Amino acid sequence: MNLHEYQAKEFLRQNGVPIPAGDVASTPEQVRQIAHQIGQPVVVKAQVLTGGRGKAGGVKLAQNPDEAERVARQILGMDIRGHVVHKVLVTNAAEIAREIYLGAILDRETKSIVLMTSAEGGVEIEIVARDHPDKILRRSIDPYLGYGDYQGRELGYALGLNAAQVRAFSKIAGALHKTLIENDATLLEINPLAVTTSGELYGLDAKMVVDDNALFRHSKFEDLRDLEAEDPFERQAREEGISYVKLDGTIGCVVNGAGLAMATMDILKLYGGSPANFLDVGGGARAERVTLALQLILSDPKVRAVFFNIFGGITRCDEVARGIVEAIHQIGGTKVPIVVRLVGVNESEGRQILLGAGLKAYTGLDEAAKAAVQAAQSTLPDESSVGSHGGAA
Amino acid sequence: MSVLVSRDTRLLVQGMTGREGEFHTRQMLEYGTNVVAGVTPGRGGQTLLDVPVFNTVQDAVEHTGANASIIFVPAPFAPDAIREAVASRLPLIVAITEGIPVLDMVPLYHYVRDKGSRLIGPNCPGLISPGKAKVGIMAGNIHREGSIAIVSRSGTLTYEIVAALSANDYGQSTVIGIGGDPIVGTSFIEALELFEADPQTRAIVLIGEIGGSGEENAAAYIREHVTKPVVGFIAGRTAPPGRRMGHAGAIISGTSGTAAEKLSALQAAGAKVADSPTQVPSLLGQLGVAKDF
Repeated sequence: MNLHEYQAKEFLRQNGVPIPAGDVASTPEQVRQIAHQIGQPVVVKAQVLTGGRGKAGGVKLAQNPDEAERVARQILGMDIRGHVVHKVLVTNAAEIAREIYLGAILDRETKSIVLMTSAEGGVEIEIVARDHPDKILRRSIDPYLGYGDYQGRELGYALGLNAAQVRAFSKIAGALHKTLIENDATLLEINPLAVTTSGELYGLDAKMVVDDNALFRHSKFEDLRDLEAEDPFERQAREEGISYVKLDGTIGCVVNGAGLAMATMDILKLYGGSPANFLDVGGGARAERVTLALQLILSDPKVRAVFFNIFGGITRCDEVARGIVEAIHQIGGTKVPIVVRLVGVNESEGRQILLGAGLKAYTGLDEAAKAAVQAAQSTLPDESSVGSHGGAA
Repeated sequence: MSVLVSRDTRLLVQGMTGREGEFHTRQMLEYGTNVVAGVTPGRGGQTLLDVPVFNTVQDAVEHTGANASIIFVPAPFAPDAIREAVASRLPLIVAITEGIPVLDMVPLYHYVRDKGSRLIGPNCPGLISPGKAKVGIMAGNIHREGSIAIVSRSGTLTYEIVAALSANDYGQSTVIGIGGDPIVGTSFIEALELFEADPQTRAIVLIGEIGGSGEENAAAYIREHVTKPVVGFIAGRTAPPGRRMGHAGAIISGTSGTAAEKLSALQAAGAKVADSPTQVPSLLGQLGVAKDF
């Protein structure tokens, strides 16, 4: 789960990271009020879960409350890389002397948290890593002992900060690590961490990604979830415990298992089709889940065929087949062709049940994938919207 | 010979009395695995499926001489279950549990190693040496005893490839599902090391997916240290960046962790890479690996 800048900053502030004064607003009038309270030039920043806000015109400086209201009118409602701006952060504009990058990430290579810093602040760290990998300094956090102040000092001196700034930097690095651990985040960045013209350090922007597996022990994140930023179908799937990611293609996929679900998408592509989604329906492929999966997929108007790829193993195929038939019945039938590939225990019983509902079940993966591709290609957009008795007008 | 599990495996099941635990204990017993104990706090002294249940791993090991554990404990309690198994010095711990917070795995990963245990998983199907022992949740009946070793980050995708191998007269020596999480106890490289040294194994199938760089590291290892033929399959060629594809570890971050990178790394290391799981048997044939039957 990704958090907004203002949310990440609040967690950092609570742990002692200096953050410029500010507040979040959803109307231009609120923006004016906040700018008035701050009483100094402000920055109005779009709160969207994507990068490149500045380039898209989603971050603007305003000298006074009037101007703040005016730029807020431009930014609110703006579309940035497919994300509509519903909220802006209004914050005190800092006099910046230099910008530093400071981040903590879960490093899969070393199986530890790694603290990273770079003198190239304000730039995406991936770009620095690509163009100037030597400019990124790293310190691995001990998995048992945690962060050590000396690590912050080492990094601070390496960045060329003065003694007072090094003390502040080391404290901020410790607070960053603490905030990451407390919130089960896998990434937490302050970028830029600004050194102001008066020599103080402030976190001007923040990014935080929380581990979805840890949400069960942080109920607060449910309230912070930006429902407006989430695809409604993906939200429904998440609430039902189905892994679903919407894609651009025309063949809806229902698969048991994440690896097989990815492979199924790839195979459809291999045979000239395009997957409409990633969907792992989970073990057992129970009827209610299959129903929801089918509803999700068919609510996408681009879908021209549905491909069930179920490798049963221990799962009983007759149960899965009953689930599929019941799901189709539940949604009141569909004109979108359905291709089923079913392998596992009680395979022939499963195939009989599907045949009874007019569905042919395949055994071979490639053969079934080709059939799904063909079904999607032969269903023209017009056909699905015109009934079988069309043409009498 | 098989790796990690064998007829000498004396298996303990942590969380045996739960729904999943009981179901899969029954399946493992039916396959012929020597399940010697279950552990569920508060259920000590009972028996389930003729297997004695103990309150603690320590009791279970003391009374039964268990030398491996499989964990079905729910995610919030699984890290503690892994610690408990390590504390009793069990050499092999297989964590099936999905959904363990990754920051819990950071210290645990290092702890398990420091104490000399081996962890498979979490979020994995376990492992099987067909005809000898099944310590996992895979369907036993799709496997045949033979000479192809498999290491994979996935569950059902592995079953798919196992079934294709069995149907084409390639049996399996040992199949290890290392798990789909960002941090897992055993890496591709460690599995490759075991397979390279295993006399029963004649060829290796590596099943990877997007996210991380385990496959790239494995490719570098294959180039230097693996003499046996390797066939690879990488899932997620069509996956978009920045989205978690079911498995917590299956995510392309920025431009790293893509299927293309992994495919080319494996190819550069001399492995054959399949476009579809069903191509794996014929690629083994192309590498000169004779069928088992």
